[in-house]
Amino acid sequence: MSKKKEAKKIVFNSEKEMPAVPMSLGSMLYNKTGAWRNIKPVIDLSRCIKCGLCWKFCPDASIDIVDDWPQVNYDYCKGCGLCAEECPQKCIAMVEEEK
Amino acid sequence: MKKVIMGNHALSYGAMLSRAQVIAAYPITPQTQVVELLSEMCADGTLKAQFIKVESEHSAMAACLGASLAGARTFTATSAQGLALMHEMLHWAAGGRMPVVMGNINRAMAPGWSIWADQNDSLSERDTGWIQFYCSSNQEVLDTVIQAFKVSEKMMIPSMIILDAFALSHTYEVVEIPEQEKVDLFLPPFNPPWRLTPDDPHAFGGLTSPDHYMELRYKLQKDMEKVPALVEETGKEYEKMFGRYLGQVEEYLCHDAELVFVTSGTAGYTARVAVDELREKGIKAGNLRIKLFRPFPFEKVRSVLSRVKRVAVLDRNISYGHHGIFYQEVKSALYGQPAQPLIFGFIAGLGGRDITRDSFREIADYALSQNKAEEEIVWIGVKK
Repeated sequence: MSKKKEAKKIVFNSEKEMPAVPMSLGSMLYNKTGAWRNIKPVIDLSRCIKCGLCWKFCPDASIDIVDDWPQVNYDYCKGCGLCAEECPQKCIAMVEEEK
Repeated sequence: MKKVIMGNHALSYGAMLSRAQVIAAYPITPQTQVVELLSEMCADGTLKAQFIKVESEHSAMAACLGASLAGARTFTATSAQGLALMHEMLHWAAGGRMPVVMGNINRAMAPGWSIWADQNDSLSERDTGWIQFYCSSNQEVLDTVIQAFKVSEKMMIPSMIILDAFALSHTYEVVEIPEQEKVDLFLPPFNPPWRLTPDDPHAFGGLTSPDHYMELRYKLQKDMEKVPALVEETGKEYEKMFGRYLGQVEEYLCHDAELVFVTSGTAGYTARVAVDELREKGIKAGNLRIKLFRPFPFEKVRSVLSRVKRVAVLDRNISYGHHGIFYQEVKSALYGQPAQPLIFGFIAGLGGRDITRDSFREIADYALSQNKAEEEIVWIGVKK
């Protein structure tokens, strides 16, 4: 797991302060679904060709492109392995999580 | 301009004049002509809208929701099994406060497989949070579409406009088609208070903890409670511009009535003929047609029915193991009122069996012959 980001739980004290629609209630800021993961993708950047397919295929938008390079957001990555499957370079390894 | 059109096309013209921007639909008898005409209008440029062909009604509503959230005025139409397939998405529309307007042609639920009118399809969606209008003429259908967009977009609550299969959907009537310029003045472009846009990214409909879910539902109910007054206000504004008034209910000779029929849909028109016949025989009958069913027009129903002695509620639907649904609702609206009429519940016209003047005569004979409220529902026209 990456270091937990600081996130304050949004709690409205009155319905009057709330939007009428469930909109950006911030629930995913503290609900770090990455904790559900058993295996995690590890990208070997030395072989990465920056094609962006992992970023495109990630069903949880958990791969960011930082300065042209893919970076896994482990706070939300659930370890489905789609990125590893799609990577044309086969440079993403699915590694067992250890406690 | 006056045109002779079918009920289904009255829905299409209503959506066209309202300048719907996105239409996603799947065809089903008896709704097909609604979207058939709209797809033609989109193809020939009469209506500048995106027509999205989808593989199911569930997808049709899902496409409407995405478009609505992005700020587009959206319209669709369906019927019976199609509406049932949409069920999950109906909750999304209301809970997500997306003001889609939809036509639903009342068709009996299968099995037995049926394409004919009854109300169990739309009434099964009673608790999804949609506004429901039950119409009884093609003119009313067209006028209601335009007004429904206005009401829905003001409250951010979706609306369902309901027509009886064939009795209205496929019946041709003279309909005054309003001028586009006037409709534009009445119904300004859709400008939602929030929308899905890259300029101001938001997550919609996400995980909502017990900290907030209940407040969202409270707000939906509070806004629903404002709808009856808004329907009145919108109706009056429409009347000023177009000369036709539609409110929450339609009263016909209720003022001095000793027996009032409570009806909805096309049966509400048949009831007026029956009322005239009964009055010729010296029986003071009246008809209260409920147009707005959700939210329930408590005030109107109470003010009309609390001054009469006998009420006969006609249901083209049934809640198995209980009563007809309008009957349940009328009784609950009158609970605790100082003046309590005798209320009788009648089931008729299921699966498209005709509701005729004779049906109302039978209902009147029964309701006038009883001296205490009936515990059971009374079936009209069952072959026993």
